[in-house]
Amino acid sequence: MVDNVLYIAFPYVAIVVFLIGSIYRYKFGFKYSTLSSQFLETQKLYLASVPFHVGIIVIFLFHLIGFIIPPINISLGGTTLVVFETIGLIFGFLALFGIIMLFIRRLQNERLQMVTNKMDIVIEILLILQILLGVLTAIMYKWGAGWYSADMAPYLWSLFTFNPDASAVAAMPLLVKLHVIGAFLIILLIPFSRLVHFLVAPFHYISRAYQVVRWNWDRKTIRDPNTPWRETIKSPQNN
Amino acid sequence: MDVRSQMSMVFHLDKCLGCHTCSVACKNIWTDRKGAEYMWFNNVETKPGTGYPTKWEDQDIYKGGWEKTNTGGIELKGAGKLKGLVNIFYNPNLPVIDDYYEPFTYKYLDLIESPQQDVQPVARPVSLITGKPIDIKMGPNWDDDLSGTPDFARKDPNLENLSPAEQEAMFQLEKMAFYYLPRICNHCLNPACVASCPSGAIYKRGEDGVVLINQEVCRAWRMCITACPYKKTYYNWSTGKSEKCLLCFPRIEAGIAPACMHTCVGRIRYLGVLLYDADKIEAAASADEKDLISAQMDIYLDPFDPDVIAAAKANGIADSTIQAAQESPVYKFVKEWKVALPLHAEFRTLPNLFYVPPLLPVMATISERSNSPKVNEISKQWDDKWLYDTSLDEIFGTIEQTRFPLKYMANLFGAGDEKLMADKLNKLMAVRIYRRHKTVGDISKEKSDEALRKVGLSESEAEALFNLTTLAKFEERFVIPAAHREQSIEMLESTADVKGSEGFGFIERPVRGL
Ligand code: SF4
Ligand code: SF4
Repeated sequence: MVDNVLYIAFPYVAIVVFLIGSIYRYKFGFKYSTLSSQFLETQKLYLASVPFHVGIIVIFLFHLIGFIIPPINISLGGTTLVVFETIGLIFGFLALFGIIMLFIRRLQNERLQMVTNKMDIVIEILLILQILLGVLTAIMYKWGAGWYSADMAPYLWSLFTFNPDASAVAAMPLLVKLHVIGAFLIILLIPFSRLVHFLVAPFHYISRAYQVVRWNWDRKTIRDPNTPWRETIKSPQNN
Repeated sequence: MDVRSQMSMVFHLDKCLGCHTCSVACKNIWTDRKGAEYMWFNNVETKPGTGYPTKWEDQDIYKGGWEKTNTGGIELKGAGKLKGLVNIFYNPNLPVIDDYYEPFTYKYLDLIESPQQDVQPVARPVSLITGKPIDIKMGPNWDDDLSGTPDFARKDPNLENLSPAEQEAMFQLEKMAFYYLPRICNHCLNPACVASCPSGAIYKRGEDGVVLINQEVCRAWRMCITACPYKKTYYNWSTGKSEKCLLCFPRIEAGIAPACMHTCVGRIRYLGVLLYDADKIEAAASADEKDLISAQMDIYLDPFDPDVIAAAKANGIADSTIQAAQESPVYKFVKEWKVALPLHAEFRTLPNLFYVPPLLPVMATISERSNSPKVNEISKQWDDKWLYDTSLDEIFGTIEQTRFPLKYMANLFGAGDEKLMADKLNKLMAVRIYRRHKTVGDISKEKSDEALRKVGLSESEAEALFNLTTLAKFEERFVIPAAHREQSIEMLESTADVKGSEGFGFIERPVRGL
């Protein structure tokens, strides 16, 4: 019963809240921001933000790969597994180092305290714990790169295919259980924190033309009596 | 030819008093808010000086603007797709608040409410970020009037390629001079801020060329702060959004001049339409440094040319806008008389704010001939050669021996081209000679004619230049085309949709509920 609440009900609640909350917040776009504080403090940021972001992104991708294409990991053997695991661990430590530095930086600097809210603290502590749990898991229960795909991926798949089955998690050690709960807790809190900024990561910049010109109307047709009104008022970009 | 219309500006530097009225007017309207206290969409700095933020012109520090690549194109110096995304977690070229100044206020209430005590109460300065008492170290015009000072004037980045001797000569006590440089966003044709924004939040309005930041799309990736070489985008540390000068577009749309221009005490500011050919932007922005200014000037089109008018109409530019372009004071200064220049064209953003360079500090020289009959009788009482000689003999000779080396002026306004700089100053000087001939009469007609002929101005042009410089009224200085409110509404909705529905008082459309 408890297992079902923790590993089935809670994840669903978290994901639903995350989806609805993020979309709702997006509709009032002003509050979507990274809320960067580099402008107030830049020296300590380098050794904090960069390792954290690089670490967390790589770790996230590793989790994603293990989740989406489990056979790859399951079939990993011997040295590849070790290499995989080591890389993961290194980036795990990088992220841990970064987030701790970010936390310290935030607490130490007087100016940063002015732009820190309670949720920032909550999220930073949660992330520290979550990454710590992950790193500890990797150290204590070796070859996660293998068993994650075999045991955890099916559980996650079961959630996403609406055929939930918590038995795999229930059989896991406490560390892993906490890591799972932590993950969904963070997902739940995304729309209520600055974490939303990862949802608007600027990938579209890569394919965009450098210059952006916006017109309030289609200038070629606005004054043309032969064009019906409706067609002149769409707002084209770069036309 | 892709004709577009651009709201552009001219600032006549000879007329700026350095009163900062413009800055205050702007601040009162736009930036008197939390997180924006340190922002001055309009600021006035003293030249030579370090400016605001400190040494903003030094792109070795700030990495703003565009630079030429080996392949002949241009790329952003400190931002762009590759550099911007690689540096997104930490922008190594981001100016920080201390490069501007820590905003402050004073605890005025202490003056009134402090209990009785032996010493006078004082209003201590407190930081507007932390609220704690601070020692003020910097302000937006900290170098005001401080020509010659080692900390400010002598650190002016424009002195870079002047020899030590030339610099020394500039700062001799009796030669010392300075002038003011008011700055707002240039609403560039090739804006670095727009190009650097990963979210695509910054855009140029097609209709009038105003460059704006969409506050709802800005995500604080803070690349525009680095990319704008003029440092005219600002990061609001409180809201986590970047902000910039909006050329008071709500005022412009209503036909009123922007606040800084409206209030300008020295009447140095002019606003008007320039028609330009958008097809030429890329080539002009990547021209060789020595051709940059002429390439930019070629972008702007003659609003009287029938071909241009036809192309403008085909592009949906309203007749009222074309007419405004014909009456534009900016067109006159920039294209007709060619006395106004962009600031730091070498940043390659193709700025649309032009400066008539200051003649004043270069004109008067210390008199070696204070006995000259031209010198005012009263002034002759001092015979210690400390007199400013404003007599106009050898006037063109003195342009080259100005109190500000031409090289210095050219670094600011001429992309380093001293000859171009001298041309402009000579023109301004010729107008003065002409007017002096007219009003004071101590210069002969021949001399005045010769001066005008040398710089290629006709008498009527000189007269018009003089008039627009000194006597022009509001409507001549600010020629703002109708924004066509009826079309502004059409921008937002098809008015046909609400035809026949209720008239006033509905924010939401009166649609029957479920
Ligand atoms: S001056 Fe700076 S902020 Fe203004 S348009 Fe040019 S690049 Fe952008
Ligand atoms: S208000 Fe006009 S004269 Fe005064 S500082 Fe500003 S630009 Fe110069």
